[in-house]
Amino acid sequence: MTMKSEPFVVNVGPQHPSTHGVFRLRLTMDGEKIVDAEMVVGYLHRSMEKLAEGRTYTQNIPFTDRLDYLSAMSNNLAYCMAVEKLAGIDVPERGQFLRVIMAEFQRIANHAMAIASFAMECGVWFTPLMWMFREREKILDLFEMTCGARLTTNYVRIGGVSFDIPPEFMPAARALLKEMPERIAEYEALLMENEIILARSRDVGVLQPDLAIASSASGPVLRGSGVMWDIRKADPYAAYDRLEFDIPVGTCGDCYDRFLVRMEELRQSVRILEQALDMLPDGPASVNVPLALRPPAGEAYARIEAPKGELGFYLVSDGSPHPHRFHIRSPSYINLTPLRDMVVGLTVPDAVITLGSIDIVLGEVDR
Amino acid sequence: MSQLLDGLEIGERIGKRIPEAVVEATPQWVVVHPQKLVEVATYLRDDSELNFRFLSGVTAVDHLDHFEVVYHLQSFSPNHMLTLKTRALDHDNPEVPSLVSVWRGAELQEREAYDLMGVRFAGHPDLRRVFLWEGFPGHPLRKDWLEMPGGLSPGLGRFPRED
Repeated sequence: MTMKSEPFVVNVGPQHPSTHGVFRLRLTMDGEKIVDAEMVVGYLHRSMEKLAEGRTYTQNIPFTDRLDYLSAMSNNLAYCMAVEKLAGIDVPERGQFLRVIMAEFQRIANHAMAIASFAMECGVWFTPLMWMFREREKILDLFEMTCGARLTTNYVRIGGVSFDIPPEFMPAARALLKEMPERIAEYEALLMENEIILARSRDVGVLQPDLAIASSASGPVLRGSGVMWDIRKADPYAAYDRLEFDIPVGTCGDCYDRFLVRMEELRQSVRILEQALDMLPDGPASVNVPLALRPPAGEAYARIEAPKGELGFYLVSDGSPHPHRFHIRSPSYINLTPLRDMVVGLTVPDAVITLGSIDIVLGEVDR
Repeated sequence: MSQLLDGLEIGERIGKRIPEAVVEATPQWVVVHPQKLVEVATYLRDDSELNFRFLSGVTAVDHLDHFEVVYHLQSFSPNHMLTLKTRALDHDNPEVPSLVSVWRGAELQEREAYDLMGVRFAGHPDLRRVFLWEGFPGHPLRKDWLEMPGGLSPGLGRFPRED
């Protein structure tokens, strides 16, 4: 006897724990298989690009904290680099190294969150989350000690950073870096060969390298597909050209590969941080920049390798203290372009894992 | 170090290959005619020396009398980038061809530019609003969009210290 079936629609989100915020996935199902997927976003749209046009360049820095609120330091850095490029400001060497140190600590904190939530979605409940939050907490303590804030740091400023590090920063940072390799080994022992993760994430959500490049994916999503592309190496900014590190890449582009890339990036970040703390030069951390900065008319595009991918700011100045155009090239949003191709043919639980492995933050998707 | 290609040189190369495509070329960018945009983009992607396989970003800028659509292109090997622009001169009804057929990565970004700036991308497979809802009055990133429903005016006035 043949059964007749007809497609039906499943809404995942916007209020659903697996969507990492207010993200809605409209899945058309044929039985258990997904035949079409459509993303619906905009629930967190705060029109930042418009708001920024009414404020000065310095006043816009706090907006960038609220983009990807799990990696505020990286967002501050990308925006300030764009303004500095526009206005031709040079940052002192110590400021450049402090930026690298903060950006790499932020990468560890972000990847800890990404890996932990990914493990939760696979079904490895709570232990990895608690372990990783233990280290993330220490990183947030370092941020708090430096600039007084834990999440919305507003630390990197145009021309440098807001505060130099306090004396107690160095011992705390070194102690954390000393224990990190051991902690990462623990995570690996818990997760890398974990039967649940292997069973759930291998060969799921495969993204072919050609499609990854064509659809502008960046960050761990692109590298998970085996494309060796990291802006820290390809177009070095701040002090990355003086630091040694490797770029991990995946082999087949499935969810497990993206998870492995993030895991290895934790190690590489620790390696960068050890060098950067050793090399941190003396001298001023920033230069003075007028509060109502008036960059000359023109445009600038600056980009960094944020934890989630290529984060770029495109600014157009008309010579006034407000940007004429303030555009954010946000990695979370653009990494969702190949989502449909990745989830069609899977089941709903696999689609949830695929979305988790892309690692989106809705503050950055909707802006 | 990723090298920013000289727009003058690339403009000349495009001009030789596709006559009348280049409107303006400066060291920082190349502006091409919208009607030739897809042809130019395909050339830039497929030429083995240029090899722009990665479309880094798409955005639109309101220049009050016309719209400019800006494409940041990146090649992985050789490692260089280029800023490509095109202009939609009709400010009331801006339209440029879609590049989704050349780079899939333009899909969501063109939808975003359409939603917030109101530039229509002809040939886009699914040109709908993405952040705002269908029926939202106007396109908020336009400079002449000054009224919100309910009589609110968006944006701040002048910066208080500017005088």
